[in-house]
Amino acid sequence: MSVGRKMVYHVNVNLLGRAVLRWHRLKAERRGGAPRGWKQEYLAPPLSISPRTKELISRHYLAGRYAHLGRKVAWVTSGAPVELLKALDYYVLYPENHAAVCGTVRACVEISGEAENAGYSRDLCSYARTDIGSALSGKTPVGKLPKPDLLLACTNICQTVLAWYRVLAQHFRVPLILIDTPFLFGEASEHVITYVRRQLEEAVPVAETVAGKRFVERRFEEVTQRSRMASQLWLEILERNHHQPAPLSVFDQFIQMAPIVEMRGDGFTVDFYAALLREVDQRIAQGVGAVTKEKRRLLWDNLPVWYRLRYLAEFLAERGVAVVASTYTNAWGELAPMMDVNRPWDSMVRTYLHPILNRGTGHKLATMIRMIEQYELDGAILHSDRSCKPYSIGQMDQRDHLVRECGRPALLLEADHNDPRSYAEEQVANRLDAFLEMLGV
Amino acid sequence: MSHAVRGLGIDVGSTTAKMVAVGSNAEMIWHWLEPAEPRVEEQVARFLDKAAAALGPLSGIPSVATGYGRGLVPAMRRVTEITCHARGVYREFAVGVTLVDIGGQDSKVIRVGSRGETADFSMNDKCAAGTGRFLEVIAQRLAVPLERLGPIALGTSEEVAISSTCTVFAESEVISLIARGVAVGAILRGLHRALVKRVVAMIRTVGLVAPLVLSGGGACNPAICQLLAEETGMAVHLPRHPQLVGAHGAALIALEKDAD
Ligand code: SF4
Repeated sequence: MSVGRKMVYHVNVNLLGRAVLRWHRLKAERRGGAPRGWKQEYLAPPLSISPRTKELISRHYLAGRYAHLGRKVAWVTSGAPVELLKALDYYVLYPENHAAVCGTVRACVEISGEAENAGYSRDLCSYARTDIGSALSGKTPVGKLPKPDLLLACTNICQTVLAWYRVLAQHFRVPLILIDTPFLFGEASEHVITYVRRQLEEAVPVAETVAGKRFVERRFEEVTQRSRMASQLWLEILERNHHQPAPLSVFDQFIQMAPIVEMRGDGFTVDFYAALLREVDQRIAQGVGAVTKEKRRLLWDNLPVWYRLRYLAEFLAERGVAVVASTYTNAWGELAPMMDVNRPWDSMVRTYLHPILNRGTGHKLATMIRMIEQYELDGAILHSDRSCKPYSIGQMDQRDHLVRECGRPALLLEADHNDPRSYAEEQVANRLDAFLEMLGV
Repeated sequence: MSHAVRGLGIDVGSTTAKMVAVGSNAEMIWHWLEPAEPRVEEQVARFLDKAAAALGPLSGIPSVATGYGRGLVPAMRRVTEITCHARGVYREFAVGVTLVDIGGQDSKVIRVGSRGETADFSMNDKCAAGTGRFLEVIAQRLAVPLERLGPIALGTSEEVAISSTCTVFAESEVISLIARGVAVGAILRGLHRALVKRVVAMIRTVGLVAPLVLSGGGACNPAICQLLAEETGMAVHLPRHPQLVGAHGAALIALEKDAD
């Protein structure tokens, strides 16, 4: 990497870009208050950290735009052992997060249409379709995505990523590191641990070659430390919802989780969550609930419905319903205790073997039951996500169990996290209304 | 007898619109049912005129609207079909039941608890399988009047298996069966079986607790009643007015709210 290119990167990203984004944030912070149309009667004022969240995400994509001037780029799955790559100073892009951004701004149909036109089935996960569509057409709401120099996929979330990343590898003609994490039906056996550990070790020379750098163990430990701290803070933030009224709704969490997914391992991510925790504590001290008149508390299972986040948040809040816990946002916190800086390799193997989607339906049910007890929840909404089969499979039985064994009403809500063509608002509203009537609100 | 009206329930469904008036003892004193029209407001206004003509002035009488079109009805309150059906069926049977409601474009199963509360429910997903629409499409294709479907299906002991529960696929399956010369009765029996099996799958998601009650337009079809009993191994009970359970429940809620 020439010094000149590095300079251009530094000026564009670190000096100019950051200054502009900072200025935008300061302006938003000064302006304060709620945006137009904010339903103050039943929603707490927006989090004051929101402009900073926006700044972080914009900065992340800005750095991506110029990444090739100064860094190597890796595209990774959401459950990938990113610490390895961060230690080698890769710019890391998460296609799933990018797809979620497309979903939120309702660009999924257009962009995934590009993949469908190229022959990819609509039965494929809408994240995969959005990402492949974006790769094929260059369409993105974030300006421009950097092409990858390396791909890293880990099967601990689903098997879709296996085929998806092979498609990307062919398309971009770049190396793909695949980490196969066997599904855990119970405890991880020694054999499984060794198997995953070897794959991680074998990944290092590949990543080094592409990066043109040597892997330094100390750097790796530092990154792991920061990942652990941020995940720990995230977990603490979520657990603050034991308070009634809950300070942070799951819909807030869906937005605020972006850094823990795509900026895990960075120092500023730790600072960000420390600040969010302070704000959440402030809300608790002032008795502020995310939903102003919290009458019922619910659990959310599965991914969000990105394109109707605000609608659902308002629909429920208006009726005094706070969704306070979710298996999905919890997934980025619950593994924090497994991360151990003193044994970074072992802990990495354990951490990336144990995501909720790699552990079977019984484990998810147990997680839901624990959450219902700990957060004192009145019921559950199980989003049956057309796209995400591994998350949705077993929900019928899980619902049954919650209703019959735990005595908590539970609703199966059919939608898709990114593709509005698999979502019918009338039906969703009707089911939610009926469910809430059943809960007595 | 206008003094007797204490609550009005209006159920605007996808296929039919219904209205029920109840007296102070929650008894049904008047009802009306028509095919649903696209202009809901106009139809409801006409209903209200009819009711006023039969019962006297209605101003001040509490009303509750339910059904898919409830948002367009000028009622005091809007309540979902689930809650209204639970209320309506409990009023009539006075015990906890499993209610299966097969409507024109949606079907639902409600487990009504022993105090009349909704203990659990399930609704058909985003497709017409398991709803009246499934049979309606096929009836059109076979040129058989809707009300004849059930009797024809029961008039034979022959039955072909219809593998598709998807309405569109079933329609093409039927076309090919006809082309192969299979008797209409056997096809219809198979279609009713497919629909009922789909409904039974929905019943399973909420759990079947006797007694089993069938309401909605589907209850007017004898083949659905018989096959539902066969598939569940349970007696199927019908309300006095199977299509009015929701509207009746709505009227009862209006009455209760008035009493509050
Ligand atoms: S199938 Fe589910 S886990 Fe896999 S990429 Fe899609 S949303 Fe993620």
